[in-house]
Amino acid sequence: MDPGIFLDNHPHAKFFISKGADAMTWSGLLETSLPKFGQIGAVLAIFFGFYALAFAAGSRIQGKRQNGWALALFLVPGISLAMIGLGIPAFQTFIESFKSADSSQWVGFSNYTKAAQDPDLRLAFFNTMSWVIIGPIIVTSLGLALATMLNKMKREALAKSLIFMPMAISFVGGSLIWKLMYQYQEPGAPQTGLIGQIMQSLGIPLQHLLLWSPWNNLFLIAVYVWASVGFAMVILSAAIKNIPQDIEEAASLDGASGLRLFRTVTVPMVKTTIIVVLTTSMVGTLKLFDVVRTMTGGNFKTDVLSNRMFDEHFVYFNNGRGSTLAMFIFFGVLPIIIYNIRSLRAERQH
Amino acid sequence: MPHVNDLWEIRKASTTLNRKGNHMLKKKGLLVGAAVAVLSLVATTFTATTATAAGCEEYSKWKGTGTVKIFAGIRDPEASVMEKMFAEFTKCTGIKIAYEGTDQFETLLPVRVKGGNAPDLAIIPQPGLVATMVATGKAVPITAATRANLSKYYNPAWASFTTINGRIYGAPFGASSKSLVWYSPAQFKKLNISIPDTWKDLDAAAAKFKAAGANPWCAGIESGAATGWPATDWIEQMVLREHGPKKYNQWWQGKLKFSSPEILGAMNKVSAWLGTSSQVGDLKSVATRKFQDAGVPGLKAGTCGMLQQASFYSSMFPAGTTFGPSGDADAFYLPPTNTKFGKPIMGGGEFPVAFSKKKEVGFVQDYLSSPVYGIERAKEGGWTSANSGIPLSSYSDPVLKVVAAQLQNKSGAIVFDASDLMPTAVNGAFWKEMTKYYAEGKSMKDVAASIDANW
Repeated sequence: MDPGIFLDNHPHAKFFISKGADAMTWSGLLETSLPKFGQIGAVLAIFFGFYALAFAAGSRIQGKRQNGWALALFLVPGISLAMIGLGIPAFQTFIESFKSADSSQWVGFSNYTKAAQDPDLRLAFFNTMSWVIIGPIIVTSLGLALATMLNKMKREALAKSLIFMPMAISFVGGSLIWKLMYQYQEPGAPQTGLIGQIMQSLGIPLQHLLLWSPWNNLFLIAVYVWASVGFAMVILSAAIKNIPQDIEEAASLDGASGLRLFRTVTVPMVKTTIIVVLTTSMVGTLKLFDVVRTMTGGNFKTDVLSNRMFDEHFVYFNNGRGSTLAMFIFFGVLPIIIYNIRSLRAERQH
Repeated sequence: MPHVNDLWEIRKASTTLNRKGNHMLKKKGLLVGAAVAVLSLVATTFTATTATAAGCEEYSKWKGTGTVKIFAGIRDPEASVMEKMFAEFTKCTGIKIAYEGTDQFETLLPVRVKGGNAPDLAIIPQPGLVATMVATGKAVPITAATRANLSKYYNPAWASFTTINGRIYGAPFGASSKSLVWYSPAQFKKLNISIPDTWKDLDAAAAKFKAAGANPWCAGIESGAATGWPATDWIEQMVLREHGPKKYNQWWQGKLKFSSPEILGAMNKVSAWLGTSSQVGDLKSVATRKFQDAGVPGLKAGTCGMLQQASFYSSMFPAGTTFGPSGDADAFYLPPTNTKFGKPIMGGGEFPVAFSKKKEVGFVQDYLSSPVYGIERAKEGGWTSANSGIPLSSYSDPVLKVVAAQLQNKSGAIVFDASDLMPTAVNGAFWKEMTKYYAEGKSMKDVAASIDANW
């Protein structure tokens, strides 16, 4: 046992029964945090100082190449920071996916072939695929339905705020709430989970919802939908409100109403927004981690790629396999991003 | 300084012993080992008492200058208590101790040692890491004085953990036991159960709980991403009891497979013990019940009878819980399943390993492995040692007393948590597969095969 990073499970936690109180005091807190405020101040000063200098220099550049120089001046720091933070680590991950667990030896494609053969990993692939397909479709269609139905309704703002509210809770927080909602107690016993209580009252046989494979994946996706549908609704609602009034009027004069109006006017008019919501949600589910980590820890046949990547890298300390999984996720995200950018460009050219 | 007075009490008791014989000692409830320890202290103080400060008699064999740097993963509140002990040591010997504790110890120690920035002493809780450090060539074997402490006060198993190429690199400092069963004294009394000494007694106690309509055993293995680890401990207890320390060590070294008849046999025994619904209730609920909640409030309420869990479980009971045979909760030693291997213990310990040949470093190592440190530290509570020179009366907590008594036993086998010693990938597969046994009904045979695939 013992991954080391979980306090309740740490070797020293087992050796010593801590009985003393934590020696945290206000003055102690101030003492440790003061230097941090200093560091934050220093970083901000460097940031503003740099841009003040860049603006001053940029405005003084004269002549033919004025634009080019100014562009370079502003782009180079941004690009180099992106390289340090994203580009180089991505390249390193790529390299490490061809190396052994401790990155000391080259192993060729063996990390990839092993990943393809591992039954647990295959299940994680399959689960990730279901997340990527089911999650975004529900989020987008539900968001669109809500946005259309709530449009121009009485107390629209109140209803939207209520639906949007879970967005304010982190995925981890939401997952903990839903873990309690799904909680199981033996039949007949007072149910501590809301869903269990409802099932018991309706006479439906009780189930260990989080252990009930493969449906438990859907119960996890439900948490994601609950937390993200408000966001989709708000974006789509804004797009719907942007549809010019005269188009709708013309359509209704021609006799279109209800579902037909929705299908032939609303959907085509907000198509780009739908694609944006759908693709961002796909990227989100592809790298989704928090819900699975918090609710099942990848157990009970609910593992997904990103959770497995974390386990391989930071619990089993296998850099090679962790990096391989990171590459899988990267190559999964890539086409979605490319499609997203293309459709945005096409929209702009119209 | 009350603790010094206590020492005087013990010394008085032991001088009385010289005159009146052994029965006096038994009357006082002191261990023979303690008397031996104190007598040896009396002997050494004879020559130097005049020169030392008051209360420093037992420190007189250590004198020096300079600072000894100690590096470990021990943090507050334990670290503060330790530093309090060190202050006393410095006052009496002139040797200063600079302690540094971090939660990144296992990562930082190899970096520091390889970088030529080794501490004078590192307190290492894993025998595997001790071996890694010895392989760097920077670690120094223990001094003759520490070796003497080791052979005088400790079960020989402890020396074997840090013996590499015939040289010993550390004597244990703190130690703990996982071979405990928690129970509610009130429930035991109600069902007329006395503390089981053998596996047969344990089964009889379980039968009484079953007859009363309760689950004989409490169980819960949920622990976030590490879900399943308590179940790995159960398998380890059984392998140790059924096949002894030799096979146990071959097992974590990878020489004995999970699917071998021995290990699989032990796994099947665990499924009969803690893996059927007649013993622990609904198995799926075991998989989703937090290990912290396994025995609380079940033990007290009587819905489940006993819980196999390490000594640290005492901190899971609600505030105000009293421990001991007449308290709210208590623990006893998990009995052996047969008589072949005595009373084996699965536990842990930490070893101060030196990286410097300075005589002061040797003195500190000697001090940490001696009863001089142990007696004083034990009185502060929340700590146990395998040092038999520490009288059990120094431990005020009844559960810690049970743990210390187990650890002081010089004849039984002592082993470390096997899964902690396995490669991390195997360890991880071990928890995950055990979780599948409970959550998905995977058979022990398939569980064993899947874990083996990770070697």
